[in-house]
Amino acid sequence: MAEAARRVQSGPPKRIGVRGWVYAGRYGLDRYLYILQRASGLGLILYLFLHIYETGIRLRGEAAWSATMALFRTPVFVVFEFILFAGFVFHALNGLRLIFAELGWLLGPPTRPVYPYRTSIRRHRPWVYALMVLTGLFVALAAWDIFVLLD
Amino acid sequence: MRESRWWILSLSAAALMVVLLTLHMGLMHLSGLMKVLGVDPGDVRSFAAVMERGRSLAQMVFYLLFLGAALYHGLYGLRSVLLEVTPPRGQGVLSGLVLAAGLLAFAYGAYVTVRTFTG
Ligand code: HEM
Repeated sequence: MAEAARRVQSGPPKRIGVRGWVYAGRYGLDRYLYILQRASGLGLILYLFLHIYETGIRLRGEAAWSATMALFRTPVFVVFEFILFAGFVFHALNGLRLIFAELGWLLGPPTRPVYPYRTSIRRHRPWVYALMVLTGLFVALAAWDIFVLLD
Repeated sequence: MRESRWWILSLSAAALMVVLLTLHMGLMHLSGLMKVLGVDPGDVRSFAAVMERGRSLAQMVFYLLFLGAALYHGLYGLRSVLLEVTPPRGQGVLSGLVLAAGLLAFAYGAYVTVRTFTG
């Protein structure tokens, strides 16, 4: 009884905490894109701090700068550079899509909720596919540049 | 300022970055591809190239804008993520810490940019 009263007061547990950041349950594609948007964004901000530090090395003169750039040409860093680039491409294109959606664009006109329902998410879906194809294309071009052309 | 305004500011910074970051990433990370397209930017990461770019006023303004936009948007995002796991009592402190980190990083980045410009 006391337990039931407590549940009425505080409500059922609504949060699944950090697990909710990676588990999309039945929400599907859009929810996974959101997770990727968040993960790539966090990767980019972490990199930005390293990048601000690393570009400051130029003030210590040419030798220090060239040594840092030589380090960045080693295989491990080249792979990191590619991952960074892929994260940027995804985050930028998906982010642009989100900004448009948040402004109410690319969602189609509002319609009456008549069965079979067609939600704005469904109407928006072709844009999601188009942007994923574009992301794949840019990532492939980046792989060609970073791993083949600059070798 | 209301939270929704800070959020709109973060989206505006993101929109600005679509232009700035694309130019920056294209030049600094895809110079091999640019060469294939007929524009040879040379060794964009050499000390001489970095210092020469840094001495142009347009570049300095570009980098200061870019630095501000990227730090604001990125740290606003980081704060949103952390707010989800911070109890209400700690949220003011969290915002203060994120703001301090952003101001410090901006100050250092701006110092490097201006020092390169003035030579
Ligand atoms: C082309 C540039 C970019 C665009 C168009 C863009 C766009 C976006 C959008 C629309 C969101 C979702 C925000 C929301 O709906 O509340 C987002 C989230 C985020 N962005 Fe960006 N972004 C860009 C670059 C960056 C960069 C350079 C960083 C890091 C320095 C960054 C860090 C983040 C973070 C950490 C989040 C997570 C916010 C969350 O999950 O609540 N973004 N971005």
